[in-house]
Amino acid sequence: MAAVKLLGVWVSPYNCRVICALKLKGIAYEYIEEDLLNKSPLLLQYNPVHKKIPVLVHDGRPICESAVILRYVDETWPQNPLSPTDPYERAVALFWIKFADDTTSSIAMIYLTTGEEQEKAAKECLEMLETIEEHGLIEGKKFFGGDEINMVDIAFCSVAHWLGVIEEVTGLKPFEPHKLPKLKSWILNFKSVPVIKESLPDIETMLAFFKGRREMVLASKSS
Amino acid sequence: MEEANNVRFHGTWRSPYAKRVELALKLKGIAFEYVEEDLNNKSPSLIKFNPVYKKVPVLVHNGKPIAESLCIIEYIDETWKIGPQLLPQDPYRRAKVRFWASFIHHQLYETMLTVMKTAGEAQEKAINQVSEKLQVLEEGMQEFYPNEVPSITTQNMGILEILICCLLGPYKLQEQVLGIQIINPERTPLIFSWLTAINQVPLVKESAPAEEKTLALLKFVRDIALKSSSA
Repeated sequence: MAAVKLLGVWVSPYNCRVICALKLKGIAYEYIEEDLLNKSPLLLQYNPVHKKIPVLVHDGRPICESAVILRYVDETWPQNPLSPTDPYERAVALFWIKFADDTTSSIAMIYLTTGEEQEKAAKECLEMLETIEEHGLIEGKKFFGGDEINMVDIAFCSVAHWLGVIEEVTGLKPFEPHKLPKLKSWILNFKSVPVIKESLPDIETMLAFFKGRREMVLASKSS
Repeated sequence: MEEANNVRFHGTWRSPYAKRVELALKLKGIAFEYVEEDLNNKSPSLIKFNPVYKKVPVLVHNGKPIAESLCIIEYIDETWKIGPQLLPQDPYRRAKVRFWASFIHHQLYETMLTVMKTAGEAQEKAINQVSEKLQVLEEGMQEFYPNEVPSITTQNMGILEILICCLLGPYKLQEQVLGIQIINPERTPLIFSWLTAINQVPLVKESAPAEEKTLALLKFVRDIALKSSSA
């Protein structure tokens, strides 16, 4: 009976955040892939409020919401700390994790919408990327966490890995790397970290998945 | 000149988010300088300290700014180890409190705003959603308060009390303006007694604006929203 279980869906960036954190800390866990069209009794029992993934189960006790899970993991397993020790820096990190939540939602909106709504979603996404460039990333700092990645970097995994896939599938490209050099560097640095590389889902599989999803969105809008 | 513990807080009496920070500061007994912002004419300081959102509340501690009320409250709790503990120490209990804080913040606040700002079918739908969410919250809070009537004081008020107080503390005034019932003592007895207890805490009573002022604000917010949606 594994002490740590993770209920997730392979293609979810929120799920990926938790996998990154567990792997960075070297925590052994049992992974349970959920089918969101046929949710398991376990998921419904552990997250009755939202019935969503990811859910971390530690010694039989569930923790829900990826941002909450990240902090629980960091507070429970102190090795390889994923947040600053200074309370002020921690508050700033929390701010950017919330911003990462909003950015992740805005990336999803690009493949979930069409026409004017989609254009608006792409515009909002770009504004968020510009904000990260201008206010979030500091010149000379490799990661949000400084020389090592921390939970803010992990929270932005959607920007590093999902955005490119969504852009390819929809043909809309809000992110122009030459205009946002710090963000471009951050993405390269983040994806070069060995543990992160192992944690990110395979690109080809993601492309196939999102192409299928996009077709469903287009079909539902035209009916 | 002592810089050692300089606390400045940018807010507006109209914002329930700013109110959260005001309550947290007062519960902890932290001396602070208050800046009332006019959101139609934001101060250069506000824009400098919160360039991302340009919103209140912003806490500035020894010249260093923090934005977003939930981030600010956690910062206050970690930095000033006096007064009530706003979040539990135990990581699992903290996780549960953060989960419910997120629920109240994202689910309840947004849906209540829709109830305030809409009419007809859209409002009816939002009212039903609020009712459902309050049921969920009622069940969730039973784990924290297994006894029916929570006893709330300035010594044990935490982040969840702060959040629910700033949203639904003035529920009777909201019901008056909207002409509907939001808190049903029979359907959600725990939330009803929780809010009643919170509203009786002297600090909460003293910090609430005069009833006429709150009523006028609620009516104003609703009127503006309805006018702009029908224009």
